[in-house]
Amino acid sequence: MRTATVSVPRASMIDDDVVLTVTGLNVDLRTPKGVLRAVNDVSFEALSGRTLALLGESGCGKSMTAKAVAGLLDPVADVTGGTVVLGGTDLAALTPKERLAYAGPELGIVFQDALTALNPVYTVGTQLGEAFRIHEGLSAKAAKVKAIELMRRVGIPEPESRVDSFPHQFSGGMRQRILIAMAVALNPRLLIADEPTTALDVTVQAQIMKLLRDLRTESHMAVVLITHDLALVAEEADTVAVMYAGNVVETGPVKEVFGTPHHPYTRGLLDSVPADVGRGQDLTSIAGSPPELHRIPDGCVYQSRCPLVQDICRAIRPTLEPDGAGRAVACHFSEELDNV
Amino acid sequence: MLTFLRRRIVSSALPLLVVVLGVFALARLTGNPASLYLPLNATAEMRANFTAKYGFDDPLLVQMAHYFGGVLRLDFGESLRTGEPAAAMALRAFPATLQLAGTTMLLAVVLAVIVGCWAALKPNGVADRISSFVSMAAASVPDFWLAIMGILVFAITLGWVPTSGVGGATSWILPIATLLLRPFGVLVQIVRGAMVSSLSEPYIKLARSKGASEFRVVTRHALRNAAAPALTVAGDLTVSLVNGAVVVESIFGWPGIGKLMIDSILQRDFAVLQAAVLLTAVSIFILNILIDLGYAGLDARVRPAGRRKKSSRAASVVVAEPKERKIHVQTTP
Repeated sequence: MRTATVSVPRASMIDDDVVLTVTGLNVDLRTPKGVLRAVNDVSFEALSGRTLALLGESGCGKSMTAKAVAGLLDPVADVTGGTVVLGGTDLAALTPKERLAYAGPELGIVFQDALTALNPVYTVGTQLGEAFRIHEGLSAKAAKVKAIELMRRVGIPEPESRVDSFPHQFSGGMRQRILIAMAVALNPRLLIADEPTTALDVTVQAQIMKLLRDLRTESHMAVVLITHDLALVAEEADTVAVMYAGNVVETGPVKEVFGTPHHPYTRGLLDSVPADVGRGQDLTSIAGSPPELHRIPDGCVYQSRCPLVQDICRAIRPTLEPDGAGRAVACHFSEELDNV
Repeated sequence: MLTFLRRRIVSSALPLLVVVLGVFALARLTGNPASLYLPLNATAEMRANFTAKYGFDDPLLVQMAHYFGGVLRLDFGESLRTGEPAAAMALRAFPATLQLAGTTMLLAVVLAVIVGCWAALKPNGVADRISSFVSMAAASVPDFWLAIMGILVFAITLGWVPTSGVGGATSWILPIATLLLRPFGVLVQIVRGAMVSSLSEPYIKLARSKGASEFRVVTRHALRNAAAPALTVAGDLTVSLVNGAVVVESIFGWPGIGKLMIDSILQRDFAVLQAAVLLTAVSIFILNILIDLGYAGLDARVRPAGRRKKSSRAASVVVAEPKERKIHVQTTP
């Protein structure tokens, strides 16, 4: 597949263009317990030059959402509804074969564990050059030159000599840089970063996040950051979508959502950040645990842990209601939250 | 790489020495050649002359010293049956075995990779179930039974192929088919298992995220990683193929090293037996080195340190010693 077949321009030249619009995305899992809804009616937008964070606990469906957008779901998971519009094309409507043309030039993804994500039997140069060989039909030699450029772009020292090294000869931070380089190789409009720093130590985390920020600014990419780290969201993201049990419960600009949360779950998360807790005092946490996928109740997904729960919450699931000022929340009692 | 080779050769010398000794000792346990080669009514004097001529009356240690001296000069003595140099006889028979085993393994590997990959693409799918059944059956059937049934059905009843011997292309069909089934069955299982696990590795998702086609994902990314376990097993299967050739070659009258071994045992032809066994042992030893080199070629993590370029300034050098492999030689059927 050559670039010529992708008619739309690759990266946006200005910021705040809508790059990705996900609407009503459903993902179902086929399991021995029957078909389970892992991602339910998820909608969000990602803008060029901005970072959207998908925030939630493990198992809330944030990673599954990212994989559905990237077309990398496991064979047991299917997209059963919704649209994923990237640069004017609904990716969800394409066949797996047609999607191949978009994987790389339009959409890049950075995976979590850089050690297992890199193929152990090929040199990093071969793996970095692969995108150019697939999409631009470059020769092995030309792809290697591009690979060295990429390594330099993501700050790997001595790229000329290290291009022929194997993944196990790099440190964790360097491996993550290589993964990022692969994702941005063809200047995609959209970069999905799936917990890009979870496997790294803190100082390296900061370097990697700075690299992602710089690359975003350089090429006006839209970044979707998947994470469970509130501090990371506060520092890196412009907007946030808080997910719980496969549903988006609250979205909006990070500063506003974190300043005045409108959903009891968001509020619970923020309250559990240890701030002025003295030695010996208990840390605040949300009581209970998220429901398992086969035990998600009919009404509100958060009812079992919510301090505001009423009968209506058990009967009717609240939908994500926009407030007209860029925020949206799925809660029957969001106005009363401030009074609790 | 040279250091690696040298170390492998040195570490294999002791097992080879044990093989040489074992063959010498075991061969002498099979009986006195004089009672076999001389008529029943031979006089004691004739027997004494015979044993003296071939050195069988010397103390065992002296015989052993002669034998070792010969081995070092690649002189294994002469055949009792034909008077020909034993080494020449073994070397003459060896290519027939090698051709048979080589063709069989090549076919088994190619077929197993195709069927194994096909099965691994959809675990528990129809293809997987069929190939699992066929390969289990193939791996379980004893080859001597298969050889005899094959001769009965295809050579005697149907008359499509000759019963034995080396003739035209048709004479290859039955021996190869017989030898092929077990390695094929075992390898399908190995390739399938290795492919299923390598297809579920994160690096497969990474390849897909770069827009790699399904064919590229399977052949470049998954198969290359699945090759190492398959290579290990294919190596062991080749060894057992060379050993198993003793049975199959006897049944099909294939003039290879297996048949030569059996004949020499039956005839107390020590010199030829020793040459044949040692030749087999050395070839297995060479095969093991080739397998180790194959590992290094497939996966940089098992590559000996010497080969790595100095410039690559390794951050963490992981040198895993290749799995120790044993030399098995079957001296008796």
